Amino acid sequence: MAVRIQTEDFDAGAEMAALRRGNPKIGAVASFIGVCRDVNDGDIVTKMTLEHYPGMTEKALEKIVAEAKARWDVMEVLVVHRVGELKPADQIVLVAVAGAHRGEAFAACEFIMDYLKTRAPFWKKEETPQGARWVEARSSDDDAAERWNSPKADVA
Amino acid sequence: MKIKVLYLASLRERLGKAGEDLEISPETSTVAGLRTLLMARGGAWQAALAQGKALRVAVNQEMAQPTTPVKPGDEIAFFPPVTGG
Repeated sequence: MAVRIQTEDFDAGAEMAALRRGNPKIGAVASFIGVCRDVNDGDIVTKMTLEHYPGMTEKALEKIVAEAKARWDVMEVLVVHRVGELKPADQIVLVAVAGAHRGEAFAACEFIMDYLKTRAPFWKKEETPQGARWVEARSSDDDAAERWNSPKADVA
Repeated sequence: MKIKVLYLASLRERLGKAGEDLEISPETSTVAGLRTLLMARGGAWQAALAQGKALRVAVNQEMAQPTTPVKPGDEIAFFPPVTGG
């Protein structure tokens, strides 16, 4: 299964070993792990709750993975995203891409994260000493996703 | 026609409602029309759904535009810009 939404933590090493197991044509595994920080917009964050839209989340992520596979020559993709309560230093998301060469794997991995940040229906609510607040979307995330639409974006 | 409407994340909290089954006139045929209909409830609805507010809409779990058609049996979700990852 290329896409998983779960409350429990993940073992990135085990996930990546499983991703390339039995396929000696894979020469590169690129990955990204998103981690919960203890500070945001200048305030201390003590806890975070991740909410999503069950049903749409899986569809949106599968669509992003399919688009990455269509754009780059990669063999295996895994996206694991946690939901529920998380604390600072907890892992939030894992994207791992396996292919023959690093260039395509790196590019596909970054593309998937940029699209996930702007198109997958997850929302973060953080607890701070000033109270709970919903995290605001950043325009820099829109810019990061938008750059993949430029003509040179597919060059790996 | 009957539709299902969902309100997610901060929008659910502002509206005090996670979702509802609605019977609407077939004249409300687009996402923009439904938004206008809900805003007419006034109060928090008017404020939270006001034009210019950063708001995303999905129809049947696919990202939608103001012009996206609304049909009988559709699931329409309103939510703020996403912040995962």
